[in-house]
Amino acid sequence: MGTEVRKKRRALVDRAACVACGSCVKVCPLSAIQVWKGISAQVDGDRCVGCGRCVKECPASVISLQEVPG
Amino acid sequence: MKKHWYDYLWIVSLSYLILGFFNILFAWLGLLCFFIPLIVAVAGGNKAYCNRYCGRGQLFALVGGRFGLSRRRDVPRWMKSKAFRYGFLAFFFAMFFLMLWNTYLVFAGAQDLKQVVTLLWTFKLPWHWAYHGTLLHPGVAQFAFGFYSVMLTSTVLGFVTMIVFKPRSWCVYCPMGTMTQLICKARSGRADQDPAGRS
Repeated sequence: MGTEVRKKRRALVDRAACVACGSCVKVCPLSAIQVWKGISAQVDGDRCVGCGRCVKECPASVISLQEVPG
Repeated sequence: MKKHWYDYLWIVSLSYLILGFFNILFAWLGLLCFFIPLIVAVAGGNKAYCNRYCGRGQLFALVGGRFGLSRRRDVPRWMKSKAFRYGFLAFFFAMFFLMLWNTYLVFAGAQDLKQVVTLLWTFKLPWHWAYHGTLLHPGVAQFAFGFYSVMLTSTVLGFVTMIVFKPRSWCVYCPMGTMTQLICKARSGRADQDPAGRS
């Protein structure tokens, strides 16, 4: 116990393929994802805790979880 | 998460579909689903309609998500490709203008009113029981039949992809969504750039 380092994860949007429907925005419990100018979703890396709810919800499946340092 | 008044707009969408079974002239109300997103995109430069107010998206999220009537599979790659999305938008537009042309022919007296709802641009369903006459020109009713056909067709398509793929998979190829996103991109003038550089 205590030696295992759990890596942090963050949602990552494939912005070129995003349809900007906003399904992700509705399910994010921390308001960490927004639709930028009606073009694509973008994640606020400081707020996102990598819960993955947006990943499951995204109808186009263009959001993935990525491990980040720290 | 706190519910807002606009989270219940699915009731409006459902009511719209039901009203079309009783009086086809209610179909005219569907124009709101065309003009509001366009005005929001052109004037505001965003997709607030899709993001918050689209009752149809909410209906799919409710039936497919909450009620579980969805396999929750990823949509195929081709369905989210620009070629398909823009192609479907063009096809939808072409069919829409064909419907407007048929309406014009009735207005011009060159064609009689057809009391049918055309499903999936092919199947003509008798719908005379939802028409009780109009004080206005029969062309007004022809537009209602045509417009309801558009709305019912897109709802049926959306329900099919809701079941087969993810609940809101209609949003991937929704012509209004594609069009408003294009307007937002054009308005922004820098389609794939974001100065903040965030993901």
